[in-house]
Amino acid sequence: MPRESYYQHLRDLQDEVLVLGSMVEKAIARSVTALRERDLDLAHRIVAEDSKIDARSEEIEERCVQLIVTQQPVAGDLRLIISIVRIVDNLERIGDHAEGIAKIAIMIGDEPSLKPLIDIPRMAEKARDMLRRSLDAFIKRDDQAAIAICEEDDIVDGLYDQVYHELLMFMLEDPKTITRATRLIWVAHNLERCADRVTNICERTVYTVTGKVDPSKTSNY
Amino acid sequence: MDPKIRTTNVDFFYGSVQALKQVTLDIREHHITALIGPSGCGKSTYLRSLNRMNETIAGTRLVGEVLLDGEDIYSDGVDVVELRKRVGMVFQQPNPFPKTIYENVIFGPRVLGETNKERLDYLAERSLKAAGLWEEVKDQLSKSGLALSGGQQQRLCIARALSVEPEVILMDEPCSALDPLSTLKIEELMQELKKEYTIVIVTHNMQQAARASEWTGFFLMGELIEYGETSELFSRPQEKKTEDYITGRFG
Repeated sequence: MPRESYYQHLRDLQDEVLVLGSMVEKAIARSVTALRERDLDLAHRIVAEDSKIDARSEEIEERCVQLIVTQQPVAGDLRLIISIVRIVDNLERIGDHAEGIAKIAIMIGDEPSLKPLIDIPRMAEKARDMLRRSLDAFIKRDDQAAIAICEEDDIVDGLYDQVYHELLMFMLEDPKTITRATRLIWVAHNLERCADRVTNICERTVYTVTGKVDPSKTSNY
Repeated sequence: MDPKIRTTNVDFFYGSVQALKQVTLDIREHHITALIGPSGCGKSTYLRSLNRMNETIAGTRLVGEVLLDGEDIYSDGVDVVELRKRVGMVFQQPNPFPKTIYENVIFGPRVLGETNKERLDYLAERSLKAAGLWEEVKDQLSKSGLALSGGQQQRLCIARALSVEPEVILMDEPCSALDPLSTLKIEELMQELKKEYTIVIVTHNMQQAARASEWTGFFLMGELIEYGETSELFSRPQEKKTEDYITGRFG
């Protein structure tokens, strides 16, 4: 291979994406734990640690810029680097959603809970699972797996609708619950957005492999 | 739109060695077409087949069809001098003649029999302007062409090619001996020239092909592997071999 050090940089970048992905995945899991367990220390730590996710994202983006400047990548390599920039942006925003949930946990503090949290942890678990597999599909350049994961977004949307309607019923029955119920709707909304961002990551895998964003227009060698 | 040049199933042989295999390619009028590929892939041979320049090498043979405006340039009765007037060429090394700038530019028209001084002056000015060199040399036309810088010499050679009012300009790595700024000037000039001429450029510099051309053909071992719009070929090549070459996986 005539450009071995360049390929090593491309491999390192993908490893960095996986590291960032696992930081973000952990942040989602911990944010819901903090909410469920009323663990305010943990919630504060998540908020503080979001800056680490931001810094890491910026670092990866800068490395992508450097590779573009110094190596003039084209074709599949260029698509890969552009995709990494976009994926990292989505990961960073998922991190923000986790931070958002942690802030809501802090806001709720030790108020009595409205109801046991069942669907919200379920949404978080599903979003995390999709995130993990979406990055796996990206690294493996598995566009078919990526397309399949996109379709699972409906499951998270369904859970969100369920949570939303359930909390709406609480508010209708007892307006004193409005504040607490609204906060939980925000949490669910953050998780729903996490799954949406996972579908963006999946689209980037399709683009990396095929050069097309819309799966219906895909073609390969 | 009919292509300016249409090549169909072109095979080319240097003695018993086959340098081009079944190359079929259309070159669009007023567009810039770049030919890329590793050394020995046949891109320069292909370029030279477009104005029968290969015939200057003994023992060569071409099979297939090369049409210029629908007419076979290899058919009997084609005047090769007239053909090369229509399809001019610029080479890798700037090769001005050891003559004045003025004499360099009007060399072609003179050889073709033009003697009218006014006409020659007109052609010299027009060609130097078109080659983006006029402002730099207009007060020193009697200076030797060899006294110019490399980039200026190459633009002088382009002016020389333009003075016979060709329709197509073939460029065989025109910038490989030039510094980056002179290279960019030639590329910018190409964008101007394509309004009046059809340009085919062979280049080893893939960034140059990406920057300067609208169509790109990738050659490998005598075959045209892929041909398409430059923006597509460099972002979404259809052939694995193209991808491997342009990303540096081989070659």
